[in-house]
Amino acid sequence: MSSIVFDAVTIEFPLYQGGSRSLKKSLLWRGTGGKVAHDASNRINIEAVKDVSLSIQHGDRVGLVGPNGAGKTTLLRVMAGVYEPTRGHVYVDGHICPLFDVGFGMDLDATGYDNILLRGLYLGLKVEEIRGKVAEIAEFTELGAYLDMPMRTYSSGMIMRLAFAVSTCIAPEILLMDEWIMAGDAHFLDKARRRLAEFVNRSSILVLASHSDQLMREWCNKAIYMNAGAVRGGGPIDQVLDQYLADAP
Amino acid sequence: MSQPAAYPPASLGQTEAAGFDIAKLPADFVPPPIPSETRLAADDLIGGLKRWELWRVLAWQDIRQRYRRSMLGPLWITLSMGVMIGAMGPLYSALFHVPLADYLPYLSLGLLIWGLVSTLVTDGCICLTSAEALIKQVRVPLSIHVFRTLTRNIMIFGHNIVVYIVVALIFRIWPGATGLLVIPGFILLALNATWIMLLLGMLCARFRDIGMLIGSLLQVVFFLSPIFWRPEALGNRVILAEINPVFHFMQLIRSPLLGQAPSTSNWLVAIGLLIVGWGFTFAFFARFRRRLAYWL
Repeated sequence: MSSIVFDAVTIEFPLYQGGSRSLKKSLLWRGTGGKVAHDASNRINIEAVKDVSLSIQHGDRVGLVGPNGAGKTTLLRVMAGVYEPTRGHVYVDGHICPLFDVGFGMDLDATGYDNILLRGLYLGLKVEEIRGKVAEIAEFTELGAYLDMPMRTYSSGMIMRLAFAVSTCIAPEILLMDEWIMAGDAHFLDKARRRLAEFVNRSSILVLASHSDQLMREWCNKAIYMNAGAVRGGGPIDQVLDQYLADAP
Repeated sequence: MSQPAAYPPASLGQTEAAGFDIAKLPADFVPPPIPSETRLAADDLIGGLKRWELWRVLAWQDIRQRYRRSMLGPLWITLSMGVMIGAMGPLYSALFHVPLADYLPYLSLGLLIWGLVSTLVTDGCICLTSAEALIKQVRVPLSIHVFRTLTRNIMIFGHNIVVYIVVALIFRIWPGATGLLVIPGFILLALNATWIMLLLGMLCARFRDIGMLIGSLLQVVFFLSPIFWRPEALGNRVILAEINPVFHFMQLIRSPLLGQAPSTSNWLVAIGLLIVGWGFTFAFFARFRRRLAYWL
């Protein structure tokens, strides 16, 4: 059974601005203490997530709502294991598939086939497994002969198709998605939605950060409402969305 | 636009009925044991090694990207090294009044090994900062970026060594069985390079000045290393060469290929650095591994 549990998680980003990033300042600080120490320890920490506790269990489809800068993306990245908490603990049980930036790990000079391999490897597949899926991926993208050409000849919609097809060819246990960017013609969009539905059905947990009210109600059964890094509420999707909308000015 | 097929699925979260709040810890939650930082650091290194398919493909991709659409492709690596050695060999053998047949093989190996060592160090400084986009996107062991950089440089060295093979054929150099000693020497170099790159990669992510510092230090080390000159020429001041760690790695690889066994001190220095270096780097990695994503 997959699960994501946060126990009083806080994330602080240190802001290394010019000075505190340089070796000189740190060395001077060690050497002189006092005055410069004040300078070096005075670096700004941004609290992106404050004391968040969560319990997401098998079968949950959770929407993250909140205004810009509420910490939704950071929270997703903490779940993905990119950022380890400054304080508190994160317990994740299950294989995670992050779907944040559709274009990550793509080499524009390499061919479509090369990129299928590359992205598959990033997602943790073996070369052997990817070879087994190439035909299915190629068919889904409908890119045909383009797959043998360097990716810089693709339109952005075509890159999207390829990235989407590779990312959704695995069976994730926990699926993390940040604000889908749905580029593509109507035909592909329709196809993508069906594939995504299948994909989401195969995963046991979905966490989706989005601003779209409609998208949330369609895909999620629960929601977490965040504001300024803190959790304001959590529960059934309709209840939380109503709370969020009531809060919004 | 059609609705997604069979969604939402029949088996939704079981907690739904109980008037739950997902934004807090369940009352019956028992935290699983938290692995130690040492354990996590070791997992990162071992997990990184297990992803060899990924870093091998990435390393090769790096080389292909650099030479894409050029007709000779990665052969340019071989060619430019060949031109450099072909130009410098005759010049310096004349300057130092030594026969070309002695000097050129020595010089070409020196330049080849220096090329490997110096790019390992400079690439090591950027091996984590250049992977920023990836590190912030998906969780893969941090060590894969080190292995990728190491593999790429060994591949480049593989292209370069062709130049030496040509030189050896021209001057009829056959190292004999002693030549096999190059294998343990090379492994020692690679294992040492791994900790150096991991350590430099992390330090340079935190302190952006260190990369510049290393770059200027390397220029000095180039002249302090016996590439153009022989350590014997220092006479009783050979210590000037021996305090330089690059000297020992250079001897470990160059001497066997010229048919001489490296000295005991060469082996001892390389093994000593391996133990001390990995000991320190591992402790450092265990301590700061979790902070790395914040430094980028």
